[in-house]
Amino acid sequence: MDTSRSPLEPSGFSRKLAATIIIVYMVVTLIPISWIVATSFKSVDSAISYPPEVFFEPSLEGYVNLFTNRSRQSEEYLDSLPEAETWYEELVRSRDMVITGPSKFFGRYTNSMIIGFGATFFSVFLGALAAYAFSRFKVPLKDDLMFFILSTRMFPPIAVAVPIFIMYRKLGLGDTHLGMIILYTVVNLSLAVWLLKGFMDEIPKEYEEAAMIDGYSRLQAFFKVVLPQAMTGIAATAIFCMIFSWNEYAFAVLLTQFNAQTAPPFIPTIIGEGGLDWPAIGAGTTLFLIPVMIFTVVLRKHLLRGITFGAVRK
Amino acid sequence: MKSAVKKFKGLSDKAIAWIFITPTLILLLAINIYPLIYAIRMSFTNFYANKIGREPKFVGLKNYKKILGKEEIWEKMQITAHFVCWTLILQALIGLGLALLLNKKFKGNELLTTLIVLPMMLSPAVVGVFWTYLYNPQVGLFNYVINFFYDFGVFDMIGSSTLAPWSIVIVDTWMWTPFTMLICLAGLRSIPNYMYEAAEVDRASKWQQFIHITLPSVLPFLLLALLFRGIENFKMFDLVVELTSGGPGSATELASINLKREAFEKWKTGYSSAFAVILFVTIFGFGNVYVKVMNKIKDR
Repeated sequence: MDTSRSPLEPSGFSRKLAATIIIVYMVVTLIPISWIVATSFKSVDSAISYPPEVFFEPSLEGYVNLFTNRSRQSEEYLDSLPEAETWYEELVRSRDMVITGPSKFFGRYTNSMIIGFGATFFSVFLGALAAYAFSRFKVPLKDDLMFFILSTRMFPPIAVAVPIFIMYRKLGLGDTHLGMIILYTVVNLSLAVWLLKGFMDEIPKEYEEAAMIDGYSRLQAFFKVVLPQAMTGIAATAIFCMIFSWNEYAFAVLLTQFNAQTAPPFIPTIIGEGGLDWPAIGAGTTLFLIPVMIFTVVLRKHLLRGITFGAVRK
Repeated sequence: MKSAVKKFKGLSDKAIAWIFITPTLILLLAINIYPLIYAIRMSFTNFYANKIGREPKFVGLKNYKKILGKEEIWEKMQITAHFVCWTLILQALIGLGLALLLNKKFKGNELLTTLIVLPMMLSPAVVGVFWTYLYNPQVGLFNYVINFFYDFGVFDMIGSSTLAPWSIVIVDTWMWTPFTMLICLAGLRSIPNYMYEAAEVDRASKWQQFIHITLPSVLPFLLLALLFRGIENFKMFDLVVELTSGGPGSATELASINLKREAFEKWKTGYSSAFAVILFVTIFGFGNVYVKVMNKIKDR
């Protein structure tokens, strides 16, 4: 028996064993993601070869295909064309095709950004106001109201999608950015209120009271003292709301088609000749995942709080 | 103190409280509660949302009777139950296991946790799409890896109706195990050291410590994680739609996917609203009972 260490400290061996298992799990669990990123840099032929190519000649074909529409042409026609001006035109011509125009991906990606940022802004703003009121004031039926706000998260999206679809059609909000921003704002509100209330509970009341003794009104104290104090919490909440709007699929696929469609319903529809264009789908997926991965690293200290609506704070 | 605060300038606290809360409540009422009531109302009619101009007729409980008497619906419920049960079991076991390992506090712990968590932050629909590629029987990585050391043969995970229900369980488990892991880890870290110190003094074995200290302390956390996952997976739509779109046949047609087909492909608005209400009541009922049980375990 090794008596030099506390009995609570795991032994060196068990610690090493644990680390090894965790590392193996990490590697295995990241294979699917790495694979799709790798696929985005393959050529179409290489992506459908078997056995799967772990080492391959990198190509930007996937990204070119993602952003362009192309059509196949006869050799004579291709020969009659003037020299290709850009590298991507050349790449497309080497596949016996010409670029016919930009694809919809850029527009869908921009829609995701606009709707994501819009909804995040409104849900965090409204959520912060409500959270402050719940955190500081005596509100009648406070617990019931808080539970009511949370319970709106339990509706299956499809259950409310039909009425919202009909409602939006009447109001002219169907397939519009505004309609989707309102919808995502509402879906995110429950998370925003619950998380922000937790963060605001942690700010001592004495700060505002001191400011109010110095002549601030309650509103001024809220905007000039409490909000800046809650900035970390607000940022974490905002990122969570952004990730949700960014990833949302059910409402997007049911309520939007042309104008306000976001990227998640679009990526699966990227089709090449004779089936799905895997490098292009890989490219779309990669571009779509990068922001979320960055956010996750930024958020790592608040992850737990976010995913449990503030129920577990560490 | 209370009276002192009231003397400050500006709006009264009560007025501010209501001004701050009202916009949130109005939005939730308009976009969540109103549609729900609307859905409940429609569930008693034979409304078709694609037939504009045709007056919906009140049909009483006909839709509900039809749904509950339909064998097909019970099949969907079974498929959903299979999915929910197996994902919860696997995610509980693997998640708790990983949390116990991570709790050993080795070097690089935080970095590894962040990396492991990545899958659950991704868009479920996009995850569904790229797993169809991984599962592809001709060119997919999945079969290649399985057959790397020993030739098991080709598994058509999405195309076979016996394997498809497991294919969605695997992907959901891959994606969401980190969720249970993170919450269990929080539970493990909340156990004060003195409990183990006292157990050491009493000469309790490591196994006894695990059964009598670790497990009971982490259980409420694990149950909370399973509540969240249970509700989410009962409503599951996006991941499975993109992965198998309910197929082959209807082997993976979960309740939500069936609901979408009835509501947005067949446009049976009245009927599908009744189904939506039934699903909602089921989630709410199960959730409530579960929370009661959970609180009992916590108080013990």
